[in-house]
Order: sequence, then C-alpha cells, then structure tokens
Amino acid sequence: MLTYLLRRLGLAAITIFAITLVTFVILHLPPVDFVTAYAAQAAASGSAISPAEADAMRLAYGLNQPLWVQYWKWISMVAVGDFGRSFEYGRPVTEVIGDRLWLTILLSIGAIIVTWGLALPIGIYSAVRQYSVGDYIFTFLGFIGLAIPGFLLALIVMYVGLRVFNMNVGGLFSSEYQLAPWTWAKLWDLMKHLPVPMLILALPGIAQLVRIMRANLLDELRRPYVVTARARGLAERRVILRYPVRAAMNPFASTIGYLLPYTVSGSVIISVVLSLPTVGPLLLHSLIAQDMLLGSTIILLLGVLTVFGTLLSDLLLMWIDPRIRLGQLR
Amino acid sequence: MSVTAAEGLIITEAETRVAVATQRQLIWWRFRKHRLAVVSAAVVLAFYLVAVFADFIAYSEPFDTLAARSYIPPQPIHWFDAGGHFHPHVYALKGKRDLRTFKLSYAPDPSEARDLVLFGRGYEYNLFGLFPTDVHLLGVSGGRPQDSLFLLGTDQLGRDVFSRLVLATQTSLTIGLVGVTLSLVLGVLLGGMSGLYGGWVDVVIQRVIEILRSIPTIPLWMGLAAAVPTSWSPQRVYFAITLIISLIGWTELARVVRGRFLALREEDFITAAELAGASRLRIIFKHMVPSFLSHIIAAVSLALPAMIISETTLSFLGLGLRPPAISWGVLLQDAQNLQTLALAPWLLVVAVPVIVVILAFNFLGDGLRDAADPYG
Repeated sequence: MLTYLLRRLGLAAITIFAITLVTFVILHLPPVDFVTAYAAQAAASGSAISPAEADAMRLAYGLNQPLWVQYWKWISMVAVGDFGRSFEYGRPVTEVIGDRLWLTILLSIGAIIVTWGLALPIGIYSAVRQYSVGDYIFTFLGFIGLAIPGFLLALIVMYVGLRVFNMNVGGLFSSEYQLAPWTWAKLWDLMKHLPVPMLILALPGIAQLVRIMRANLLDELRRPYVVTARARGLAERRVILRYPVRAAMNPFASTIGYLLPYTVSGSVIISVVLSLPTVGPLLLHSLIAQDMLLGSTIILLLGVLTVFGTLLSDLLLMWIDPRIRLGQLR
Repeated sequence: MSVTAAEGLIITEAETRVAVATQRQLIWWRFRKHRLAVVSAAVVLAFYLVAVFADFIAYSEPFDTLAARSYIPPQPIHWFDAGGHFHPHVYALKGKRDLRTFKLSYAPDPSEARDLVLFGRGYEYNLFGLFPTDVHLLGVSGGRPQDSLFLLGTDQLGRDVFSRLVLATQTSLTIGLVGVTLSLVLGVLLGGMSGLYGGWVDVVIQRVIEILRSIPTIPLWMGLAAAVPTSWSPQRVYFAITLIISLIGWTELARVVRGRFLALREEDFITAAELAGASRLRIIFKHMVPSFLSHIIAAVSLALPAMIISETTLSFLGLGLRPPAISWGVLLQDAQNLQTLALAPWLLVVAVPVIVVILAFNFLGDGLRDAADPYG
C-alpha cells in the first residue's frame, strides 16, 4: 500500500512538473515576448508604462537570461501564487480569474457526479435487460453521445432551447445576479442554471461508462456463482446488486482517472458555446489576444487541479478496493 | 449431445472450411457478420469518395460572395413539371424591394424555372489537381449555378452552403487521415519499442503516456494552436494543426501496439522462429506484424473520429484552420451565436455529416476490432 501511495505521489509530482514545462513553452511561444506585448498594449490604451517599468518586469522574469533561468524565475513566482498581470484587463491574473476557477471546478465535479449517477443505473439496466427496448434506446443514445462533439451538442441544445422552449440556456446566472455579491438567492440561481451544462458535459462520459458497465456486468452475469446464488433462492435484486455489480464496478471505478481530464477539457469548450462564466471563455479570449500570462496561468491551473483531482480519486479508490489496500495490485 | 448424421456432416464441412481458411478470410467472414459495421464501411467509403471528387460534386464557386444572396434558405427541388412528367427543376430567385422597408428580399419565381442537368458547367477547377475542367455533377440550364441553385441555402456572405460543405468534407477528412498517420508512426514506434525492449524503455514510455493522458488536452491544444502565426499560409496552418492534434493523439495507438507486442512475444510460433535463427527484423515484419495488423487497423479507425472531432473543435473556436480554409469546424463557426441560428438555422446542417461520419467510424472500428481476432 505504501509503495502504491508513493508511486502515485511520485507520478503526480512528475506530471505537475511536465505541465509546468509545457505551460512555460506556451508562455514563450508567441514571437513577441509578453513584456513587450504588455508595454505595447498599455501604450495603445493610453496608460503607457515607463521603459524602466518594462525593464523591471524583464528583470523579474529574467527575459534576457538563459531559458532555464527564466523557467526558474517564473516557477518561483508561480509557486507563491504570483501569476503576474493580465495586460488585457490591466489587473493581476488571480483577480481576473477570481470566481471563475471555482465555477469551473464546480461544473466539472458536478458533471462527474452526474456521469456516475446516471451511467451506473443505466449500465446495470442495459445488462440485466439485455436486448430489451430500453437497452436499445440507451445504446442508441449512447452512440449519439459518443458521436456528437461537445460544442455541437451545446449548440444544438441552445438552438432547441430557443426554438422549442423559447429560453436561453446559456450562462450560469440570471442577469440580475451576474454582478451581485454571493447570497443564498444567487446560489439558488446558480443551482437552477447548472443542470443543463452539466448534462451536456456529462453525456460523452455517460455513454462511455454505460458501455463499459454493460460489457463488464454481462461478463459477470454469466459466471457460475450467479447461477449458484439464484439456485439458492436469493432474490433477483440481491443476486445482481450484491455480487456481479460490485465485481463489475472495479474497472469502472478506475476510469475516473481519465474521466476528470476529459471533463475539464470539455468544460472549456462548452463554456465558450454557452457563455458560462468559467475559465473557458477567458482562456480562449486570452489566447486569441495573446495575453499569455493569463492564458498560460489558466492552462497551468487546470492541469494542476486535474492532477490533484485524479490523485484524490486514486486515494479514494485505494480506500475502496481491498486489492490495492492490501498491496496485491502492483 | 446427440447429433443426427446429417447435422454432424454439415458441421464437419463447415469446420473444414474454417480450418483451411486463411486469416484474411476468417477476418472477412467475422466482419461480414457485423451488419452495422458493413453499412458503416460503405458510409465511410462514400464520404471519402465525396472528398476525392469534392470539386466535381460542388457546383458553386465556394469563395464567390455576393451580398444580395445573403442568407437564402435551402431551395426545394421540384421533381415534376406541370404535366406530371419527371423533369427536375428549381425556380430562379427574383429580387423584390419591399417598398416600406426598402429591403431587398429574394423569393422563388415560379414563372422562371431552371432545369437541373447532370454534368453541367460551372466554375473552373483542376480535377485531382491535374486536369483543368469546368464540368460538375450538377448544373442548371441557362445560367451559372451560383445564381440559381442553393440546395442547402447560403451563408451571410452569399456563398453556397452545399458546395462549401462538400469542400469542407475534403479538408476535414484528409486532416483526420494525415493526423492519424502521424499518430500511427509515433504510436507504432514508441509502442513497439515499449513492448519489444521492455525494461526501463517500457517504464519511461508508459509513464509519458500516463502523464499525457492525465492532462486535460483541450486547453493544451488551444495554447499550442494559438501560437500558430496568423501570417502563415492556409497550407502551413493545416500542417501545424495536424501536427498538434497527432502529437497528443498517439497514446492510445501506442497502448494497443505495446499490448500486442507483449502478447505475441510469449507465443510459441515466435519462440520457434527465434530458435530457428530468424533475425529480429524478420520476426517482427514476417511473423508479428501480420498477426497484429488487423488490430492496428481497428485502432486507427477508432482514432480517426477523435482526430476529426479535434480539428472541428479547434477550428470552431477559431484556433484551428482559419478562413479562407474551409473545414467543418470553420463552417460551424458561422453558426456560433444564437442570433445567427435564429436567422439561418440551415447553417447547422454541417452538424449532420460530422455526426454521421463519427458514428460510422465508431461502428466500423467496433466491427473491425471484433473481427481482428477471428480465433477468439
């Protein structure tokens, strides 16, 4: 168990290091370095920063020094939470991102809970009632879920919402709450807006997990122990839920490691289409405007948070799965 | 189990047939049983035919803009004339100025029918990039198709949606193919090394894959794609985007290849070949590759839709291919906001080929994967 834990922690550390490297590359990809871009932007908007100020920024980021020095200076600042300033907004990056990061996390975690909450019962139903009408309907819906790219689904939902229900499904807050401070009423407003984007975000994951769950459970249901349980006169519900479902859930549980990055990825795009106040539209906007300190910070934060989320789910899995806990599995 | 003599005989005959069949035959028999996969294969083939003959199937010059043709709704084809004879035609559009708003609006004019003809004349292009011609699959009598044929309507700039859709199919499908080829090279190389050498090479490559899979890829792509300079030519952008997509898409292919290598390494016939003194390269290409080629083909057909989705998504966000390039994502970008959707819902028609092709590839891949191991 300790080796498993250490292995997981080590891998997470390496992954975070890799993410910082990639982020650093993205930060420096544009042909014009971000301080020059910042100075130009400031000059254009009339609040020119002095050459001395720009030089101070260059010095702080070590822009005239070798790459590894630049990386070290940048990472030391990032490590203490100093992500620099966004020139588009003229404010510190942390301030610009603000609540958006938490809304992204809320949306992603919510979508994963929806994925699990729906995929599990549907998977069980589809396996137990194999080839029933319901099974066919869910299989069909599953294929649709796999085949429609997230942004397209969001577009279609938005169109249907407009045409059929005559309402705008975009956004996470009603207009009167958009800038209001947090209150219970605002929270309730958020809760009312969340389900549609959550479902859109969860659909591909649901489709995938239902397929996995159905296949696994079908394998388990053919095992002799199920026949034995039935022969002994156990109630059908108990036969299925007590043993085969638990066995079929194991590979199911381990997919969460891939589900989280997948969902976070999807949330960026869906947020752009539905104009949700998450980091998604901000990321797109900053990349197009080449506001690199903001853009790369968002990429970094999303990546690191995903790694932590995956780590957390692995620890949870370790706690649930006795085979890992007792050190029988690698 | 009691079997009658006749039944026993039939089974034996079938068994002999199976026993002497080559692996290719076995795979084909297994694949044929998967009806949906066979249909999907036909659909995929049809799409690639459209891609190859895109300029021939399109009838309007895809870049020809005219403000007066802005947002013309899809035009119905009238199959029979007044006398009830088969005589496909469309009505020409006639501009009318609304005398209250002074807005020019276009409406079909039943008095002026334009006949649909096969192999009509249209804009000039090079078939397969080689033969200059102006013959298209569809044309109209008396006039350019640009002015009177709008099977799927027009966009804001008055460009014909059908023709643009056909040309977009070419771009989007080839970008998938090129991307998957690059991924395949990376996947086979790294997966093969991982499976063949084992040891620390395997450990390193597996960790890299694990890391790549635990990072949310879309923000990453966006970051990389945003750095593609705006001054680049469409062709260079195309290759840069393909490269970015394939750089992140190879992990699944590498996993499949490694798995097959590991499984095959333990097989008796490989040991036999080794003992017989066959060289390593001979073992790989003569004995191992043929037996996992089908698995790779299946993995490729499952990876292709992911590539197509990636390109479409990036272009849709404005970070992938940019106009004047035409791809599904670029076209969908036009349908991005609610106002446009309310005004011109037919722009969403681009979603149909995207969904159909992705579904078809998924079914095809499933069928191929089942057939890949005909002994199972």
